[in-house]
Amino acid sequence: MIEPVDVLMAGVGGQGTILASRLLALAARESGYDVKVSEIHGMAQRGGSVVTQVRLGEKVYAPLIPEGKADVLLAFEKLEALRLLRFLKPGGIVIVNDQVIYPVPVLVGAAEYPADIVGYIRSVTPNAVVVEALDIATRCGSPRAANVVLLGTLARSLPIAREVWEIALAWRIPSKLLAINKAAFAAGYEYK
Amino acid sequence: MKELLSGNEAIARGAYEHGVAVAAAYPGTPSTEILENFARYPGVYAEWAPNEKVALEVGIGASLAGARVLVAMKNVGVNVAADPLVTLAYTGVNGGVVLVSADDPGIHSSQNEQDNRRYAFFAKIPLLEPGDSQEAKEMVGIALEISELYDTPVMLRITTRVAHSLSFVEVGDPQPGEVKKYAKNAGKYVMLPVFARMRRVAVEKRLAALKEYSGKSPLNRIEWREKSVGVITSGISYQYVREAVPDASVLKLGMTNPLPEELIRQFAGAVERLIVVEELEPFIEEQVRSMGLNVSGKEIVPYTGELNTGILIAGFAEKGIVKKELPAAAVPVAAEAPAVPNRPPVMCPGCPHRGVFYALRRLGLTVTGDIGCYTLGALPPLEAMDSCICMGASIGIAHGAAKADPELGRRTVAVIGDSTFLHSGMTGLLNMVYNKGSGTVIILDNGTTAMTGHQHHPGTGKTLMGEQAPAVDFELLTRALGVRRVKVVDPLNLAETEEAVLAEIAAAEPSVIISRRPCVLLGGAAAPVVLVRADRCTGCRICVRLGCPAISVRDKTASVDPITCTGCGLCVQVCRKGALAKEGEPDD
Repeated sequence: MIEPVDVLMAGVGGQGTILASRLLALAARESGYDVKVSEIHGMAQRGGSVVTQVRLGEKVYAPLIPEGKADVLLAFEKLEALRLLRFLKPGGIVIVNDQVIYPVPVLVGAAEYPADIVGYIRSVTPNAVVVEALDIATRCGSPRAANVVLLGTLARSLPIAREVWEIALAWRIPSKLLAINKAAFAAGYEYK
Repeated sequence: MKELLSGNEAIARGAYEHGVAVAAAYPGTPSTEILENFARYPGVYAEWAPNEKVALEVGIGASLAGARVLVAMKNVGVNVAADPLVTLAYTGVNGGVVLVSADDPGIHSSQNEQDNRRYAFFAKIPLLEPGDSQEAKEMVGIALEISELYDTPVMLRITTRVAHSLSFVEVGDPQPGEVKKYAKNAGKYVMLPVFARMRRVAVEKRLAALKEYSGKSPLNRIEWREKSVGVITSGISYQYVREAVPDASVLKLGMTNPLPEELIRQFAGAVERLIVVEELEPFIEEQVRSMGLNVSGKEIVPYTGELNTGILIAGFAEKGIVKKELPAAAVPVAAEAPAVPNRPPVMCPGCPHRGVFYALRRLGLTVTGDIGCYTLGALPPLEAMDSCICMGASIGIAHGAAKADPELGRRTVAVIGDSTFLHSGMTGLLNMVYNKGSGTVIILDNGTTAMTGHQHHPGTGKTLMGEQAPAVDFELLTRALGVRRVKVVDPLNLAETEEAVLAEIAAAEPSVIISRRPCVLLGGAAAPVVLVRADRCTGCRICVRLGCPAISVRDKTASVDPITCTGCGLCVQVCRKGALAKEGEPDD
């Protein structure tokens, strides 16, 4: 019996959630899961909040994860973690990139960026991991690989063998960027 | 071999496998990737048409010539193509025609939430609704078969969650299609009243035959489970039903026009309570009720927005149909939870549209807008747009406002993107010239169809198939439409842009300003980023009024993010204190 796993990815348009979700889907396929992935394209992508949903299981029907049902919330930006927290199931895991991207209402002074998002998340769930994905990715060769760093941290929470992730990376990532992304994945996987 | 495909990728694959030779579309979320993916298959022809009406007309021509055809468009695109569609339903086809309507429940990236199943009903054509990628692929083939067998165009109606969700698809080999011969048949294809009256009768006969087909087709099937509740559903809603009420019997409709009346009666007769679950309009529900059956629907699921499993469980629980408890969220929304600011979409750093909207805001003009990335100019802090209705509407609206109130007209400009102008702005401009308007139209020419992901159009010099093509000359085109005052400006030069706008709104005849600068996402020469001279910055915040995501003011000092800044230099022009300067440039 394959246990279902729901992963909600939250970020800002342009952060690479779609690539991360497709890598997860490929790795899940190789591990025998049925998979559904739901993405957002178009208007909302222009620097707005984006949510990508990945559902794994024996047989997956709905592409959308109900509120309170996500096993993992993978947030590419802190405010987006806070926004989507209501989707996490009790005892679920939050992996949050320690990055701040101010939304326009904050930039123009119409709203405040919350002061201690990580503190709040930790106060409501014991399973929070904060990853400095941008710094780690930069050290691996490109800040653009931050999404793959986060995917590495996600990978260790999922019942998918590490070798399978490597195969998925090799399928999806152009060969000249593969070394950087493999390093980014490993750094995320081994992140303390 | 199973591949993980989006609904759109699966439709493209289905078209390839089932012998579609010609496909046409105008890009529009959530339909765009259908043509982009189809065009990559060997031996096919695909094109971007300037609008959906032309796309469908190209499809009609290809069908007459004997080819199997796919035409794709977003929900509101069908409005544009409705004229040929409704009469194509009379003439029927030669090669099979499938029209993909990609609807957008939840209004993720559209201007309305229309349910295009009503169009299939209105045009009296068959309607198929896939619920995942595998069905999307298969239904393209079935739609083509129905089209040729019953001599009708077929609508394949998807929604955003089918178009942009990925699921496994069994991929097959392309089947060699038989290309039919063209045969002249004026009685069938020339819709003069005398012939149209005859075809009108044929449409009704066809609909009766299709109803019989719908009743026998495996597209419509009953899944018997417990009989206390029976749910009729279609498309993506089926998935939510299976998850929310897994024990309920389900009549899953893959073909929803015409409905299989006998099958519905059989199902209704065997269940204690009959419920229709569908997104948006009560399209199935109303027809089931008109069969004299006792049915619930919209009192359980809402008319508006997307459905999901949670909405269904809550709706069913409220009516006492299920006793399932809602899942408890991990995070009780506590009083101490920090307020979460919205993150609306925004123009990119370096976006050339920003300069135009900043100038229009500063001049305090009324701006009739149009459809594209630049519609974001309506949002704070720029807030420089007064209307946005549909593709091409900006020009007619500006002209009409000026006819009603000439004083308002003198303070009004229309803004429209290059692709949108070619889609349906040209006729509006022609009208303004012909009817002696004196409006100012700004064509925001960023050299691409940006919002949908940078598709080519007749102004870019390239086709969907990647070939070189003639690029329309906007200056010559607008002059040919009768505009004598045509000016080109660089939108990243604020003084030049403002000066041009002031001069043209003062002119007593129609003017066109072409604001020309490629979309920043297309790349181009790297410019030095902007640096802040903190000693000069007074924290006046004028720079943040540009709404550039790279600029923020913290602790009364501006800050420019060097990673996202593209060096467009607008903020340098806006700053009155000389506190912002491009890297490497003298700052005095």
